[in-house]
This record gives sequence, C-alpha cells and structure tokens, in this order.
Amino acid sequence: MKEIVIQPVSRIEGGAKITITLDDTGNVADAQVNVLELRGFERFCIGRPVEEMPRITTRICGVCPWSHHLASAKACDAVFGVTPPPAGRKLRELCNSIAFMEEHILHFYFLSGGDFVMGPDADYMVRNVFGIAQKLPDVARNVVKVRHMCAHMLEIIAGKAIHPTAAVPGGFSKPLTEAERKQLIPMAQQALELAKFSIDYAKKSIFPAYIDVIKTVGVIKTGFLGTVKNDGTMDMYDGKLRMMDADGKYEDFEAKDYLDYISEKVLPWSFVKFPYNKKWGEFSMDPENPQGIFRVNTLARINVADKISTPLAQAELEEFRATFGRQVQATLLFHWARLIELLYSAEKAIELLNDPEITNTNTRVPVTPRAARGVGCTEAPRGTLIHDYTTDDKGLVTSANLIVATCMNNAPINMSVKQAAKLLIKDGKYDQGILNTVEMTIRAYDPCLSCASHDLNGQLACKLDIVDADGEVIETLTNK
Amino acid sequence: MVRVAEEWFAVCGGCEVSILDIGEPLLDLLPSLEFVHMPVLMDHKLYGQTGEKSKMEIPDADIGIVTGSIRNQENKELAEEMRRKCKIIISLGSCANFGGIPALGNMYTNAQIYDTNYRNDTSTEAGENPSEGLPALTDRVYSVNEVIKVDISIPGCPPTPEWIASALVALLEGKSFSLPERSVCDDCPVVREKKAKVDIRRPLQAPEFTPGRYDNMRCLNEQGILCLGPATRTGCGGSEKTPRCIKAYMPCRGCYGPIRDGANPMVDMMGALSSVGLDPKQIEDRMATFNRFIGSGRLRPMPVR
Repeated sequence: MKEIVIQPVSRIEGGAKITITLDDTGNVADAQVNVLELRGFERFCIGRPVEEMPRITTRICGVCPWSHHLASAKACDAVFGVTPPPAGRKLRELCNSIAFMEEHILHFYFLSGGDFVMGPDADYMVRNVFGIAQKLPDVARNVVKVRHMCAHMLEIIAGKAIHPTAAVPGGFSKPLTEAERKQLIPMAQQALELAKFSIDYAKKSIFPAYIDVIKTVGVIKTGFLGTVKNDGTMDMYDGKLRMMDADGKYEDFEAKDYLDYISEKVLPWSFVKFPYNKKWGEFSMDPENPQGIFRVNTLARINVADKISTPLAQAELEEFRATFGRQVQATLLFHWARLIELLYSAEKAIELLNDPEITNTNTRVPVTPRAARGVGCTEAPRGTLIHDYTTDDKGLVTSANLIVATCMNNAPINMSVKQAAKLLIKDGKYDQGILNTVEMTIRAYDPCLSCASHDLNGQLACKLDIVDADGEVIETLTNK
Repeated sequence: MVRVAEEWFAVCGGCEVSILDIGEPLLDLLPSLEFVHMPVLMDHKLYGQTGEKSKMEIPDADIGIVTGSIRNQENKELAEEMRRKCKIIISLGSCANFGGIPALGNMYTNAQIYDTNYRNDTSTEAGENPSEGLPALTDRVYSVNEVIKVDISIPGCPPTPEWIASALVALLEGKSFSLPERSVCDDCPVVREKKAKVDIRRPLQAPEFTPGRYDNMRCLNEQGILCLGPATRTGCGGSEKTPRCIKAYMPCRGCYGPIRDGANPMVDMMGALSSVGLDPKQIEDRMATFNRFIGSGRLRPMPVR
C-alpha cells in the first residue's frame, strides 16, 4: 500500500489536495480530492440585513463575484417580492456576460493553458502562463489586455469589477449613460475578436494534438444540469433548470423547487458536501454504476441546451455536436464547451449593448422588508448557482442555504480523478507529468474551491494516497 | 531579478485576480520578477513534485505575498513557512490584514458553524463533521499579522491593482511603501453640508443623484443612507480618487479598513454620524456592519438570543 499526495492542486481557484491510494501491485485502489477549507458563510449571514447579502456573498469568490452578486440580488428580489425594471435586469445580464468572458479567458489561458501549450509533462516551472508569455508573446499580451479590458468594462458599468455593489434588491443601482455605452461597444468587439481567435486556435492547434487524451482521461458517466429558456435555448442569467440524465431524458423545473431534486451528502474526508439528484436514487460515486450524479459548468450547459441564441456560438454548437454527439461525457471537453460559451458571451454582450432599453434611467424599484423566503439562481461560469434566503419581518436573514456550482461538481471531480489515476498509474510507476495529467482532469472543471468551501474555511483537498495491500500508505500526493 | 513567492490561506481569490488586473504593466514588470511559488498560476508543490517529501517547503524568495485569513492549522503553518523563506512579507487584502468578511464568522463558535453546515442546512443530509486528513480549524479567524510579522500591508477588498503595482515597483527600487492615512470622504466628490436631510434608513431605495455625475450628489450619510466612508481608509479609487462603491451610487462598507493602525472605526463612525445629526442606534445589525471587514480581533461569539 502506498499513498501519493498531490498538494496543492495548482492552477485552480482555491486549495485542494489529491490523495491516491495504490495497492500492493502498485495500481490505484482509491483516489480522493479533499477540500481543506471551510469559512461558514451560511452561518455568519444569519442576522444580517438581507439587502446586504449581495455585498457580503460576493466574498465567497473573487473570481466569480458577479455570479454570487447576481444570484444574491435575485434571491433578494424574491424575498422582497419585486421584479426589477427592464433596464435593471438587462444591466445585470450585461455584467454577467462580461464576467463570463473575463472568467473563461482567465481559465483557458492563465490556468489551464499551460498544460496544452507547453504540454502536460513540461517542466513545472514553464508549464504556466509565464511559459506561454515566453512562447507566444503576442498572444499572451493580447489575452492579458482583453481580460483586463473586460474588468475595465465592468468598472465602467458598475463602478467596481471585483466584489461589485451595483446589483441591488429591485434592480441595479447605476444607470448606464449613452457616453459609457459608446465607450463599451468597441471594447466588446475586441473581446469578440479574441473569442473568435481562441476557438479557432484551439480547434487548429490544441484539441487535435490531445484528442486521445481528451477521449480517455477523466471520462465518466453522469447526468447534467443547466439553465435554459422555455424553448430550450441556453441562458446564463435566468430560466428554468434542466436536469438531464446520461441518456438524454430530462425534466425542466423552477429553481425555487430545487429541494425536490437536490440533496447534499456529508462525507468524512472533505469539507465540501456532495450534492446529488435524489430522484435518481441513492448517492453513489461507484465508477461502474454511479447513482444520482450530475455535472454542471460549461459542458453540462452545452449538453442540456437545445440551441444557442447567437449565430456564431450556435454554429460552433452544431459543429461540436456533429463531432461528439450530445450527452458528451469526456471531461476535457469542458474546455471546448468553455470556448463556445466565450463566443456566446461576447455576442450576447454586444447584443445587450445595442438594446435601446439598456440606457433607460429606470433601473431600480424600492423594496420593503417582510418575512419571506426567496431563491435566486443563475448560471455562474462554473455552473448552476443557488442562493436561498429566509427573512424575518424586519428583513433580517434567519437562514441561508447556498448550493454552489463547484459543490455540484464535487462528486464528478472525484470520480474523474479516480478514473484518470487508475488509467495512468500502473505497477507503481508515475512521475510529475502523469500526476499533472491527473490534475488536468480537475482543472477541466474550472473548480472554484473558495466557492465550494464557503461553508467554513477556502481549499479543496485532493489527496492521492498510494497504499499497499496491507493498507500501508506508501506515498501521499496532496495539495497540502 | 527579484524572487517572488505567493500563497493564499482562507481566500476568495479576489486579491489574485486584482494582481492580474494590473494588466499590461504587469507584463512589463515580469522581466524583473521571478515567480518561484504561486499555486494559482504555477505548479510548484509544497511536498515535492511527486509528493515525496514529508515536510512542507517553499523556495527562498525576496518578496512573499500572502492573501486570505488564517482559518486552520495548515494556513498557520504555511504562513510561518512563508515568513521563514521570504525576506519581505506583503499582506495583501483585507482578509490578510483584518480578517475580512470571513471574520464575520468570529461572531459564532466553530461548533455553531459546523452545526449549520453539516446538520441544519435545508438541503443537507446530516452527517458528522468531516475531519479525515483535514486540517483542524483554528479557534477563530486570525489576520496574518496576528500570526507572523508582516512588513508591508496593502488592504482592500480587493486592493486596487494600482496599489499592488506601486508596491512592487517601490520594492524593486529598494524603497518602502505605505498607503495614505486619510479617509474615504477625503477623496469623495460628493457635496457635504454637515447636516443630514433625513433620519438614517436602510438602503432599500435609490439615493438622489444625476446619472453620470458624482459632484452634485449629496453625501449619502446626509441622505440618511449609512456610509462607512468617514471611518475607512481611502485608496480604493486609485489615481481616479472617486471611491469605487460611490461610483455605483452605493455607500461604502469599509473594505479598506481603519484609517490608521490603532483607530477605532466603531467609535469614529458613531462620532461622524452624531456630528451630522444622525442617531447611530437606529442602525440595524451595528456590530457586524461597522466591523464588516475588520473582525479578526474585534468580533466575538455573542450570547445566544
């Protein structure tokens, strides 16, 4: 028995370790991703005025603060029983689109890019964005520029890009002026150009080279959850939730009814809980016969949507489907799906900026405290995000339940890591390149462990224990 | 070449994104910086690249940047290792400097936090507290400077990219760095008449303002909307000056922390409100509001009501 511990899992948001356990013959007996942090948001939000929640819950995650900001504002709308004016809603949606662009650029180039551009087994000191900057200086400079520009766009619209304050119960606090709108349009165009370049570049230079890895590493069989409009069109801000099983059968339901579907398991080796669909039976992560497991995030959204409303992204979706089918299970294809979404988000941002209503100064309705429960749900870059608040008659929070995208992917991430470890580690042989390839399956999910560990304390524990037949740990790879 | 190590503890990642938000100037700084350890962007492992070491190890560095608050024993050990290996420690962001939002958790015991999370959440199937192979929580949230000596503090939630860049440039030139000791109000463009128009009320409706302008908006406190500007250090607006939340016509919530070390924002705020004729006692959830970002040494579990 031997334990391999990979710690930290790097180039992801937050901290985790992987423990891989090897049996006597040096083959993988088990693998776990352990989240090491817990911060306790659901407890310390109790007693706070609910209108402050959109400003507090942003701090669950600094990479996707907009998702928490908007899910929280939507939960507040429901608590107060109000509907934001059209311009307020559209400004929220615009920010969501831009935040998606910024995030997807960040993940593809800064976090995961090193694996593909430099190679999974490249020296660890160059297998990163700094290596990319050396190898492709012009691409890197443009990427840095456009990602930064997306952040600047959010500042123009909302005053603040990270941990914003502009989405409020009842709408949006800052109307968009015509001068600002004119300033934003060329920026959005530049982002669209980068989105087009990225998917073309990836289809030509990246994915073909790794197609064997894509088709084998981290592949598991799960269902999928994502948001769609009534006609099945992909939507990132609002809509119905679609829970689709691995065979493509699906049910659509309102986010406020999420408790009819989603239940969370507590396991002793991770601070992050394991959500699953209880309508599909008892929870099991057995790779041969998983039960109740569904995935969220880019690939899930691409799988559940019937179509995409913008032309370039729709064309990419059609090509993707023609190549891989519909209930696509290859984990590394999260990256491809992410680039389709990057394109969609850029097209959507331009569409919203050209909407005549976007500069209407009526962006917010006043609200009055009352005792109520409200559920706010939106698609975060990393998947479906649910905020559920209950308030007393003074509008103070009496309970808060947060189900975060990365939590929903907790079980699938563990299953993918185990599958990859079993596939790659044979007869006790492994090196840093192999272990990095195991890590790549985690990266594909773009996990946000700060989000996942909102409960108490910011890290995912991934632990690969290498253990012999007597249960002796030979080596542990963790992100500790 | 200056060697840089970066580590994060109980974090949200916003400070790291803020580093990237330096944008192109960061690329120009790169030739003089050598990043030797930074989990968010690179793969240097703490226990060796294949997990072969039994002791946590960070390479020697000239500058160590740390973010996040200290929430478990492992955060603490990592902070100590950073201190051992780095000549200069920069504590970046309000979590590292004052506990940040996670320190709101200091109003509750760990037991209460565990109970909520693993047994009382509406969608949770109750289970035991996870502990296998997981680090033990510290008794409360600590700021980094409560655990190790810090050389340079850059507060903010998140810190403005300009300040991070200025600090790095100053260090590269062998100079020191600190933020000005002035309040958010000192840089706020709004109109103050030293007298509130209405009683303090919750921000449940928009203040009066002209879209696209800030210079003719009445101070939010004077409009009866609680703003923590008077007791908060300025800097969030960078060289543009206008505070970031004010740009959204929203009140400050104190993310840059106290104006100077040793200040008492709670007392300062009470004074500021009283001086314009407002009654601080009308403010809902005062303790958590006035200490929203600075709870590491200030907030404690309250008697159960």
